[in-house]
Order: sequence, then C-alpha cells, then structure tokens
Amino acid sequence: MKVLVPVKRVIDYNVKAKVKSDGSGVDLANVKMSMNPFDEIAVEEAIRLKEKGAAEEVIVVSVGVKQAAETIRTALAMGADRGILVVAADDVHQDIEPLAVAKILKAVIDQEQPGLVITGKQAIDNDMNATGQMLAALLGWGQATFASKLDIDGDAAKVTREVDGGLQTISVKMPAIVTADLRLNEPRYASLPNIMKAKKKPLDEKTAADFGVDVSPRLEIVSVKEPEGRSAGIKVGSVDELVSKLKEAGVV
Amino acid sequence: MAVLLLGEVTNGELNGDATGKAVAALKSLGDVTVLCAGASAKAAAGDAAKIDGVAKVLVAEDARYGHRLAEPTAALMVALAGDYDHIAAPATTDAKNVMPRVAALLDVMVIPDVSAVIDADTFERPVYAGNAIQTVKSKDARKVLTVRTTSFDAAGEGGGAPVEDATLADDPGLSSWIADEVAESDRPELTSAGRVVSGGRGIGSKENFEIVEKLADKLGAAVGASRAAVDSGYAPNDWQVGQTGKVVAPELYVAVGISGAIQHLAGMKDSKVIVAINKDEEAPIFQIADYGLVGDLFTLVPELTEKL
Repeated sequence: MKVLVPVKRVIDYNVKAKVKSDGSGVDLANVKMSMNPFDEIAVEEAIRLKEKGAAEEVIVVSVGVKQAAETIRTALAMGADRGILVVAADDVHQDIEPLAVAKILKAVIDQEQPGLVITGKQAIDNDMNATGQMLAALLGWGQATFASKLDIDGDAAKVTREVDGGLQTISVKMPAIVTADLRLNEPRYASLPNIMKAKKKPLDEKTAADFGVDVSPRLEIVSVKEPEGRSAGIKVGSVDELVSKLKEAGVV
Repeated sequence: MAVLLLGEVTNGELNGDATGKAVAALKSLGDVTVLCAGASAKAAAGDAAKIDGVAKVLVAEDARYGHRLAEPTAALMVALAGDYDHIAAPATTDAKNVMPRVAALLDVMVIPDVSAVIDADTFERPVYAGNAIQTVKSKDARKVLTVRTTSFDAAGEGGGAPVEDATLADDPGLSSWIADEVAESDRPELTSAGRVVSGGRGIGSKENFEIVEKLADKLGAAVGASRAAVDSGYAPNDWQVGQTGKVVAPELYVAVGISGAIQHLAGMKDSKVIVAINKDEEAPIFQIADYGLVGDLFTLVPELTEKL
C-alpha cells in the first residue's frame, strides 16, 4: 500500500505573525517558514506505518510556491520515500484555498492510487481545517478527522478521533482520508545523514495547470487587521486581595 | 434568502447554547431553518423550535445519523441544500468534520469560524492563531460556513417554529462507529461554561492537575488546559483551550501556570474577567489579565480554593 501525505509550508509556529501595514495580509517575506506542525505528525504516522510493514511507500505532496520543495525535503529527511511538488503560486503571500488544493490532490491521487491519505487536521496559517474533508468528498472516500490513534485492520482503518466531550473510535473503509490531531504521535527529528540522503530522493515538479485545476480564490480577502487588543489590568499582592477584587467584579 | 443551520445534536440532546448563538449570528441573513439529525432527534428538534429567530425545524431521525459520522450527515445536507443560500453550523468538532465535506460536494469554499457577519457575502474570521482577523467576501453562489459561537450572544427562547420531517438521504456507508469514550463529568461543558479554570505547563504533572480541578469544582467551573499541558500529557485534548482547541469566553477565566502563548490567548481573550496566576512576572498572560497574582501556584491555588 502507498500512503500519500499532503504537507503545507507555513510560517514557523514559533514566529509571531505580523499584519502588513497595508492590511492585505500577514507579512511572510523574510520570515522563517516550516512544515505545518500537524502535517509533520501526519508524515511521522505514515513513516511508522511503513516501519511496521503496513505500507510500502510514503509519498509527500505539497501544493504552493516553489519554496515548498524545502518542506518536502524535510519530510524526505524524516523518512518519506519521494515527493511531488505542485507549483500553484509565485508569490509567497498567495495562499491556495483548500478546495483548489483538494482538487489538485485528487488528480495526484488518481495517478498514484494510494490506499491511505494522512494529512494534518489544519494548517496554522489560514486555520481552515478543511483540506482533508474536502479531498474525501471529491474522491467519494470516507474520512476520519482529528485522529489520535490509527490502526490498519485489513481493508479498513480503525481511528480514534478527538471530539467534543472525549474520544470516538470509528472504522473507515480504505482507501480513506485521515487527518492528524496533536496527540497522534511525536514527530522525529531528521538526523544529519538522513538530511543528506534526502537530497538524493526523487522529487517531481508539476504545476496546477498540469492537472487542469483553476486555483483562483473563491474567497476574496477584503482586508486583514490586527485583533483588538486587551490591556493589562492590575497585579494583586495576595490571595485575599484577589478574592476581594473578584467579589467587587461580581464574578464569584 | 434562507439559511440552513445544522443544529448540534449529541446523543439525542440539542446543544442549545451553540445552536442558539449560531441562530443569533445568522438570522439577519434570512429565515433560519434548523436541521436536527440523529438516531434520536425529535426531542432536540422540539428544543430547537423554541429558539427565538428559528423559522422552521427539520428533523432527520435515523440510526445512520447517530454517531457523528461525516458522510451520511454531509449527504443529507447536500440533498437539502437547494433551498438555501447559506448552509451553516456552530463551529464544533462535529461541524468541522462535516461542513468542509458539504462545501466540497457543492463545489464551494467553506468559510470556517466566522466571528462576524458583515453582509450576505462578507464575513470576518480569525487566522494565524488569532493574530489576524481576515475579512473575506465569497464569490460562491452558495455559502457554507461555521460560526465561532463565542463571538455572538445567545438567542432568546420563546419561539414556536413548526417541525417537519426531512427527506433522508442515502448513507454512503463508508465508515462505521465502534465506540465512544466520553469523559464522565459533572462539570459544565467547556465552551458554554460561565467560569473556566485552566492549567498550563507550570502545573508540572498529570497528578498535580488536581489542584486546578479542585479550584474549578469550588467555583462550579469547567476545566481547561493550554496546548503545552496537553502536549505534555497533563490533560486530555478535549480540555485544550486555544486556536487548535476550544474557544471560550466565560464570565471568569482563571489561568494557572499558563505563560500565555498567542495560540492560547486566541482561545480565551474574549473572556470577561481574566485572572492569571504564574511565578514568572514577565509571562505574557499578565499583559491581558485583569488580575495577576505572581507566585508559586502550588501554594496560591489551594489557598484561593480555600478562601473562595
């Protein structure tokens, strides 16, 4: 079985996003970029399936700017086998919407025929939480989102999901889409020898046009602004003072 | 103009808070029809009919809708979509599972976590873990969206909307339910609780989280956790408050041993009164807290629990 892992290049999660002064978006020029943390968890899970003998090949796909090749190389250094880069934008500020990404991924999947797709539950830039579900819809596949545990059980995937109020375990027929939540695993660090080896692994480059997908946005970004600030209150010196302040405020 | 709203129904019960706030958010866009789907959904539909501003309730009661599975519910919504310009749901984990699937089946984009409705095409939503607020204008003929309920006031009660049976859609049969592990708790539900006490990395262990829970129980509060605490295994993920977890806006939010990473602040900064207890007086949480208390949480929190 092939496992396909879509990954996104996003602002590094330790970098504070700053809104551009013209209100057109968040400044991404000369900002550290990394693999979306949830996608890193997805890559790790796919590699573990291969190590367990449940998968033969792990293919990493990224849709975006050409610099996303670096993100694919990161996944290859972790242990993925090969990569496919689909260049769909020139400007690092142009975000390709989940619907267009899902259409491109569907075209890739039609060619590659994986048995399972694992991706992150959401990207930490646009916070859409949509690509996996949209891809499942377009393929007519079942979906298991927000996974915290994954077991392959014959021709089905048994997935424990993080839902409001607790956990749910479902069985989804394969081929299927699984989206990774935080606690699915802890991704490994790539070792230096593996980083060197990754440079020699195959990485195909395509464009959105190769798949005939129109990536023009459905959602026009009218403006982007900073959230309203909240000012600091006061420091209290003791628990007694805190209790009396809370009573004054009428919240206890 | 008409709105189809997926009511939040869990084990036959309507989440009236989330559903009501979504109704309040959307009623300016047109008549709101609430869809209640579940293995048992009639009682939930009766409750939805009482929400002010609801024009009609559709009920789809069948075993196929019983276990939060995305495929049958998405198929049902797509079958009903023709009559509506806006198809929406409160932004719960169930809706986040279902609504992007609905959108893709209709070949439209989903607009997740709407925090303000500007007009029928234009919406605000937080991005970058709440570091930016984006205003988007949809070019799609039909809008599929989820509503960040903490951004809206609850709708009142007193309505009496008619309840009708929905025509059921075929179940694609792609997934099946195995088990639920629902944490048994007498505490209020996190996203609608009036008071929340959350613990962070500073709590130090799963066992120590009891300090947070005792304070919460004294206050009749829900228990939350920062992503760092969840990552460290101190607390379950469904307690996570933040951009990748739950968004809360209680009357009182007490942050214990939480430094205040931006992704956490995104999930709680709309709380009315914020209290922070942390040993590091430079912690960013103090920049948004109404009342800050610097010191050792292991002595201060038990003392607070006792004195309240």
